[in-house]
Amino acid sequence: MSTATTQKRGFGAVLWDYLTTVDHKKVGILYLIGGGFFFLLGGLEALIIRIQLITPENDFISAGLYNEMITMHGTTMIFLAATPLLFGLMNYVMPLQIGARDVAFPFLNSLGFWLFFSGGILLNLSWFTGAPDAGWTNYAPLSLQSPGHGVDFYVMGLQLSGAGTLMSGINFLVTIVTMRAPGMTYMRMPLFTWTTFVTSILTLFAFPALTVGLFLMMFDRMFGTAFFDVALGGNSVIWQHLFWIFGHPEVYILILPAFGIFSEIIPTFAKKRLFGYTAMVFATFMIAFLGFMVWAHHMFTVGLGPVANSIFAIATMAIAVPTGIKIFNWLLTLWGGSITINSAMLWTLAFIPSFTIGGMTGVMLGSAVADYQYHDTYFVVAHFHYVIVGGVVFAILAAMHYWWPKMFGRILHEGLGKLAFWTFFIGFHLTFFIQHFLGLMGMPRRYWVFLENQGLDTGNLISTIGAFFMTFGIIVFLINIVYTAMKGEKAPADPWDARTLEWSIASPPAHYNFKQMPLVRGLDPLWIEKSEGNGKITPAEPLDEIHMPNSSILPLIMTIGFFIASYGFIYQVDHKAWLIAVYGGMAIAIGSMLIRSLKDDHGHHITKEELEREAD
Amino acid sequence: MKGWMGKSKALFLFTMLALFLAGCGKENLTALEPKGYGADKSMELILLTTIIMVGVFLVVMLIYVIALIRFRKKKGKEDFIPKQVEGNHKLETIWTVIPIILVLIISVPTVIATFDLADDTQASESISVEVTGNQYWWHFSYDGEEVVTSQDLYIPTGERVYLNMLSSDVIHSFWVPSISGKMDVNPENVNTMYLEAHEEGVYWGKCAELCGPSHSLMDFKVIAVSPEEYDQWVSDMQSVDPEAVPEDAVAQEGQELFEANSCVACHAIGSSPAATGPNLTNFGDRSTIAGILEPTKENLVDWIMDPESIKPGNKMTGAYPSISEEEADRIAEYLMQLKPSEITPESAGN
Repeated sequence: MSTATTQKRGFGAVLWDYLTTVDHKKVGILYLIGGGFFFLLGGLEALIIRIQLITPENDFISAGLYNEMITMHGTTMIFLAATPLLFGLMNYVMPLQIGARDVAFPFLNSLGFWLFFSGGILLNLSWFTGAPDAGWTNYAPLSLQSPGHGVDFYVMGLQLSGAGTLMSGINFLVTIVTMRAPGMTYMRMPLFTWTTFVTSILTLFAFPALTVGLFLMMFDRMFGTAFFDVALGGNSVIWQHLFWIFGHPEVYILILPAFGIFSEIIPTFAKKRLFGYTAMVFATFMIAFLGFMVWAHHMFTVGLGPVANSIFAIATMAIAVPTGIKIFNWLLTLWGGSITINSAMLWTLAFIPSFTIGGMTGVMLGSAVADYQYHDTYFVVAHFHYVIVGGVVFAILAAMHYWWPKMFGRILHEGLGKLAFWTFFIGFHLTFFIQHFLGLMGMPRRYWVFLENQGLDTGNLISTIGAFFMTFGIIVFLINIVYTAMKGEKAPADPWDARTLEWSIASPPAHYNFKQMPLVRGLDPLWIEKSEGNGKITPAEPLDEIHMPNSSILPLIMTIGFFIASYGFIYQVDHKAWLIAVYGGMAIAIGSMLIRSLKDDHGHHITKEELEREAD
Repeated sequence: MKGWMGKSKALFLFTMLALFLAGCGKENLTALEPKGYGADKSMELILLTTIIMVGVFLVVMLIYVIALIRFRKKKGKEDFIPKQVEGNHKLETIWTVIPIILVLIISVPTVIATFDLADDTQASESISVEVTGNQYWWHFSYDGEEVVTSQDLYIPTGERVYLNMLSSDVIHSFWVPSISGKMDVNPENVNTMYLEAHEEGVYWGKCAELCGPSHSLMDFKVIAVSPEEYDQWVSDMQSVDPEAVPEDAVAQEGQELFEANSCVACHAIGSSPAATGPNLTNFGDRSTIAGILEPTKENLVDWIMDPESIKPGNKMTGAYPSISEEEADRIAEYLMQLKPSEITPESAGN
């Protein structure tokens, strides 16, 4: 087995392997490690925020540092934790689910990861000199006035990581369109693959708006333009539009894969095919389509006028319809099933009520005049944490339990899994439910302190206590990972009696995934073979040599080039000598591109003999 | 709207009562006890949507709980393979159509209320106030009255007061939860909203858009008084003589220091439109110092000596030569005596 050979290699060899890998599974694991690291960092920032708000007029951290903390918490969680964790899962699982041996552009995949990671590192390096402090939404003109280089780090860091995300989106799209196994028609694709597909479309159309916004912001801050500077004829509301034309679809970029994850886990553990598959696919497209039509509901109080507010209010509420379809289809999948409740399923079952609350408050926020009260208060904070923690984070944790055996060949410990679940789940509701009321009781968001004698003390105290529960849950989850790595139960190929293609191959899979292309005979191909055939997927081709891409260090070098150039851009404002870094960095990046373009790399072949030798 | 209100009035009152019992925050701050027209409109929609959504939630939870109890894997039937159901057109149609109807039910009053609150047909015959948002204080200038103030906005009860709002720096958001929802205060365009308070009182106002380190300290007050008291207040403010010399010697010294130390370069007394710093015409009547502190002389001295320690990032820090505590005390004495009117936050029920 390939695991045996990896164990014999030294640390240096493993490190080099990961630095140069273009294997979608290893890139996926890199995404999970990178995203996981930033998730912990963002969590720490959240805890500091909650400690600051434990009592009225607290001075645990200063006002300026507090604004840096909220900005970095939001930015980190959205761009550097949630998105990459989901992209890691998509990277790992989607090619296995469609019966592919890798993604369409393996080199680009690796480049996408390194760009995301370097963008995240760049952004977090700002902690040493002053982090961005204008909120994760970075509204002009506050962001233009922000002293120091914090906002510059925000702009360059997100530009880098955004480029990586955009590349991955394109890569996934091409992979799904062109690399499905024989018989894997669109309407036989698992829901997680479908949501990866739709998410990639969203990424493709949403991220350019952010890119444009960030470029304008970069020029305003570094090169003296005035796109957002009112005094010189600019307009700061334009930033809000650009940001939210990206920002709202981004919410769906996060939640649709989460829906996909739950649509895999529920049928597996209910032992029943997904209820209303066609409607689920249709609802996914509807959500994505409507998701582009509602960005101005983040701007109801900007003064766009009653016509715009009314249109965006109705469009926003309309999203409840396809979302409702999904919730009821999941419920009806459970109905009549034979339900096993383990850690993966606990996170999934907890998602349904938690996310439903988030969806409900979403409709409530969509009612524009009601939003005049909710807007920019803790009500909104509660709402989006119900959606993003109760939806996305629960999904990521469910997916970890579900696919961990496939990825690492071991099953996460159930007892620890349940302990982590219950503490996190209780902590989550303690932290955020009360915040709905805090908002309506007059507590705006992004408040460094709340004053004494305003009736906000108890609510904030409860919220902070909840945050400690959540922290405890995450620590238990980390302990679980370490425990499982050392003593975890070995996983068979199909530990859950699951339904989709990824469970038909070894855990973890060989680096070429499928020895022979699988022949797909319907939705849930493995389930079909288990219930109607001999339990084995029929190959679609005779055993033959496999063509695989070569590893390359170029993506990393190219990224280092961009990283150096970004640093140069930030500091050339202070001293022109930093332009050396800009030119030097770009030279490295463009040089790497030239090498990549001019040097032929035909990949390598795994011979038939090798494949036969590895046969089980 | 009227019909809906009538039918669900009992439900409305019941829910209000439930909210009261649950504790809904500080009176005159919380949006859950509306005391103005805009806050009423928001509250109606909050209640309507909450009731519908809680209903939806209960349906979801009912199916969810029954499914989980009835369809857990049974002991002794581990090998049971459930029927693989593809879907059900009738059910799927039902849960598509019902949400569409619910959305429509919410949409109609939402659109009506949205246009209602944006109505500016009465603006020309109403009181209107130019509101300027600044880091981290509010400037109020009454149109056609030559009355200028800051931090405390006086309005008459029972009538619309139009606010034309513009920011001098970054985006702020004007929010008086008990009277009305919020509206952003942008640097590029004048946003208009109206306030209509039902009863007299001192209402808390807050800035709701991140505007810098002291964003959370940019509080202000709306002081709603009877129309007669309002007229009285306006005429009191109009009759202020900015040059008037205070009677006692300490305050006189304070006034001289106020002028000598360039305080007066930013802070106007009287109806001067200058708005570099807060207008101090009725400073002695103010409900707070710097928007957040109790209105005592000690607090004012602390503020003058070191504003940075109270409001980080404010524009007053470093704008004047350092002064001794004694001098600050005299300036404070002078400012605390600026009480042009009998109509104060106290008289309005602070």
